[in-house]
Amino acid sequence: MRYRPRKNPMDFELYTPNKSIEIPGGSAESAVSVASLNDTVKMLVEGGLAPLWVRGEVSDFKKHRNGHWYFTLKDATSQVRCVVWSRDQIGIPTSPDVGMEVSLFGRLTFYSARGDLHLTVTKIEARGDGLWQKALLESQQRLEKEGLLAPERKRALPYSPAVIAVVTSPDGAAFRDIYAVVKRRAPQVQLVISPAKVQGDGAANEIIIALKRVVDWGQAEVVIVGRGGGSKEDLWAFNSEDLARAIAACPIPVISAVGHEIDFSLSDLIADFRAPTPSAAGEAVVPVSADLGEMLRSYEGDLHSVMRRRLIDARYLLTTYSRSIKNNAKAMIDVHRSELKGIAGRMNALSPLATLSRGYAVARDPETGRTLTRVSDFKDGAEFDLTVSDGTIRAQPTTKRDPDVV
Amino acid sequence: MSFEKDMRRLEEIVESLDSESVELDKALTLFEEGLKVLKSASKALSGAEKKVKMLIEGADGAIEAQDFERE
Repeated sequence: MRYRPRKNPMDFELYTPNKSIEIPGGSAESAVSVASLNDTVKMLVEGGLAPLWVRGEVSDFKKHRNGHWYFTLKDATSQVRCVVWSRDQIGIPTSPDVGMEVSLFGRLTFYSARGDLHLTVTKIEARGDGLWQKALLESQQRLEKEGLLAPERKRALPYSPAVIAVVTSPDGAAFRDIYAVVKRRAPQVQLVISPAKVQGDGAANEIIIALKRVVDWGQAEVVIVGRGGGSKEDLWAFNSEDLARAIAACPIPVISAVGHEIDFSLSDLIADFRAPTPSAAGEAVVPVSADLGEMLRSYEGDLHSVMRRRLIDARYLLTTYSRSIKNNAKAMIDVHRSELKGIAGRMNALSPLATLSRGYAVARDPETGRTLTRVSDFKDGAEFDLTVSDGTIRAQPTTKRDPDVV
Repeated sequence: MSFEKDMRRLEEIVESLDSESVELDKALTLFEEGLKVLKSASKALSGAEKKVKMLIEGADGAIEAQDFERE
């Protein structure tokens, strides 16, 4: 067999360009259509430039009826038209203000039908978190206007709840922190987690659903809503106005514990209590059981000592009363007795008067006033009073006669 | 009855006992009640450690608290 070289695309001779072919648009005869020009431009622009960040000042902002945003990004010498489709606005806190210095992330697109160059934007960052702050402020103002942020709406946390719910990610550091603190302080407390995605698309919604689950379950006395630290974007779900409204409507007190101490979210503003971190939420939600035990013991001590004092007081009163009753009785008797004595004396003195006037006399002991009626009543030589009808004379017995002999 | 209520009741009882306007008879009744409340409150504190639960929505929409398995 004779050797025959294979046909190879790399074989130069096969691919020698035909020098007679003219480049399109090289002459009036080969002029290209507008469509093909724009197609070429579109291909060059969109294919030649990767999505990128561009910075400038926002001007001429318009929000279209269908939700898309249109504006111009400009600097001292140049400008470019920008569009943010409504479906791409989910990750953007709110629309930028005219005059705001922003950085946009997007890809350059060429709209052939109009020969327009646009930056199709998917992310916007304003200098100094301006956009986040603006969105937060807008939500805050709406909530404020409805009175949902009023301090008097804040409910007191239960003092020592038996069941605590936590709305957070089951895998996150937040739950581990809360668990560790609560178990250390009050091991008898029942912790219940209501799982939710806490960052990324749809996180706010998942948190709202998880909170609703806690409410429907109905056994928790207080609920912690939160997550550990993260970037501003990570924490953004907790700035959701819908979530804020769900927290406001929650029938049990809500503790918000989002990120680190420096992070402040809308949840923090609307919750009944803001804990700077998840661990701090654990500290705030439950007192140390040992301390409570101490308190109970002190109440127990109070109870006994107060009761003891009451009993001692009562016994003292009893003794005082009984003594005073006795004393009073004695005094009364004395009074009566002396009164009686006086009356008796007077009776003694007065009653015989009639008899005396008839010539009888009455003899009495001068000291006691006792009437001496028998011989034996007279003592030898002892003086006695002898009362007659008009007076008394002091007398002395001389002879005693036998009572039998009259 | 929650622990909080127990504590509040204890406080009230001690205060009433302390006040002379409560008669001794009533004071003794209050004292007995105080002992009962103390007992129930101590019981609430001394419960055993509880397992963490996770709230799951069942197919019928009812919320269930299942044991939460932690790594």
